Amino acid sequence: MRTRFIETLCRLAAQDERIWLVCGDLGYSVLEVFRDRFPNRYLNAGVAEQNMTTMAAGLAHSGKIVYTYSIANFPVMRCLEQIRNDVCYHNLPVKVVAVGGGLAYGTQGYSHHGVEDLAVTRVLPNMTVFAPGDPWEAECVTEAAANIPGPCYIRLGKAGEPNVHNCRPNFEIGKILTVKNGTDITLLSTGGMLVTALTCASLLEDKGISAQVLSSPSLQPFDIDSMHNIGMSTKHIATLEEHAEGGLATIVAEQIAFENLDIKLIPFRLQRNPTTVAGSQEHLRSLHSLSPERIVSRIYKWFPE
Amino acid sequence: MITDSVTTHNLARTLREHALRMVHAVNASHIGTCLSMADIIAVLYSGVLHLNPADPTLPDRDRLILSKGHGAAILYAALAETGFFPVDELNTYCRENSRLMGHISHHVPGVEVSTGSLGHGLSFGTGMALACKRDNSNWRVFVILSDGELDEGSNWEPILFAPHHQLDNLVAIVDYNKIQSFGTVEEVLSLEPLRAKWEAFGWEVREVDGHDHAALTESLSSIPFKTGKPSVLIAHTVKGKGVSYMENSLAWHYRSPNDELLTQALDELGCGE
Repeated sequence: MRTRFIETLCRLAAQDERIWLVCGDLGYSVLEVFRDRFPNRYLNAGVAEQNMTTMAAGLAHSGKIVYTYSIANFPVMRCLEQIRNDVCYHNLPVKVVAVGGGLAYGTQGYSHHGVEDLAVTRVLPNMTVFAPGDPWEAECVTEAAANIPGPCYIRLGKAGEPNVHNCRPNFEIGKILTVKNGTDITLLSTGGMLVTALTCASLLEDKGISAQVLSSPSLQPFDIDSMHNIGMSTKHIATLEEHAEGGLATIVAEQIAFENLDIKLIPFRLQRNPTTVAGSQEHLRSLHSLSPERIVSRIYKWFPE
Repeated sequence: MITDSVTTHNLARTLREHALRMVHAVNASHIGTCLSMADIIAVLYSGVLHLNPADPTLPDRDRLILSKGHGAAILYAALAETGFFPVDELNTYCRENSRLMGHISHHVPGVEVSTGSLGHGLSFGTGMALACKRDNSNWRVFVILSDGELDEGSNWEPILFAPHHQLDNLVAIVDYNKIQSFGTVEEVLSLEPLRAKWEAFGWEVREVDGHDHAALTESLSSIPFKTGKPSVLIAHTVKGKGVSYMENSLAWHYRSPNDELLTQALDELGCGE
């Protein structure tokens, strides 16, 4: 995803000279292509996320469209008040990009796990929140962010995620994308859990359960119309996210309650306790019961023989 | 274009009167910090800053950021007196539905940036100064900091950054009144040697009596202090300056004068009723 992100950003920057990229001394082997091509619109702020973020606000205040870039929680949590006060309250076009969201930096340990980012960013005023599910979605949200006149947050995966969509999806801000049709249950994924959702759907098909797979790269604004559609179709929804409380499941639960929808919900998300052991992303997901096998075993209980 | 010191002194007195009446009317805090920087603000708004009140978002204007956003009243007064909005509006300060919030708000004409949480303004200004440099423009960015605010580690990130990028269009002004929220700077967290700290980070430093209009005017008209380096003016000031019972008193970070004390304050300033 990060490769598609930087390719897309370079394309956008070639078309729009307002676009800047500011990093917090991270981005080795990723950002060089932008740095070398647009040196006057590139900045390494140093290992100083607070300054990076508020300087980005100052740049945006002066007419720039600024993407800030660092890994996992660093561009979000360390500088949350800077994002709130300086970016969001001033409604400035700063696009906060976190690469390696969720448990992507698995073996590095929990200092490098970005697992509360969606909860804290989605409640900020003027903020648009994206968590793309594959490189195609990453390209779409990177483009969309440039055209949004205010702040955005983009949680990217790390590298090497497969394309799930066969071609560029029909992306719209705040809309859910259909990846696979099905009639019995909806698997709604955000971010990098999309591949897991498809695997789950396949396992469910083997048991005769028809699963629809949806991807929600937009979390704020969120697609309320799709929730109504689910309320009139599968009536069962499993949310999949590599995030703790306050993310996708919470958003869906709010919509079910607020819109009085007839939908049963199972949330698949990270436990609140931090992950205190090393491991690959896949292994750490399994510790949080987010492996496809664990997910489908819980879903089976909804469908007794 | 710098106006003469009679004019700046008259403006400073008028701003002090406004601020006193504003905080008195609504029992607001922070009069001491307003009075300590009244002279700095008066000099800045008497011709140092290149601004057009009729067009407050002119691209080539100078930018001023009040990073010590709790000193809002004195800046609102300056903006009203220089024509950014009607002076009568100062009467709404901190009242229900007023845009004149207790900490500075960019929803007020002439205010660039909302602050109030300390340690944000200098980074904001640094980003602006960098944009200006990269665009080959010539406007300047002035950021007013409090002394207590320098406790915030976030300030030291742009203090490190700005000299590295040779942002000589950036000016920090430290209102060094030696009293912070809950004690003197010396008691709470000493900044000394403050000049040496800024110098060590690569800033060109000047120190000035922050109530000496001629000295303030001379320094603030000499930006950059040195080509290729950001400038910092350490302005030695007196908290509550101009009102005897407020001067150097922590209490007036919080208290608001009653009717009697307001009269005394205005008398001492030569404002009269």
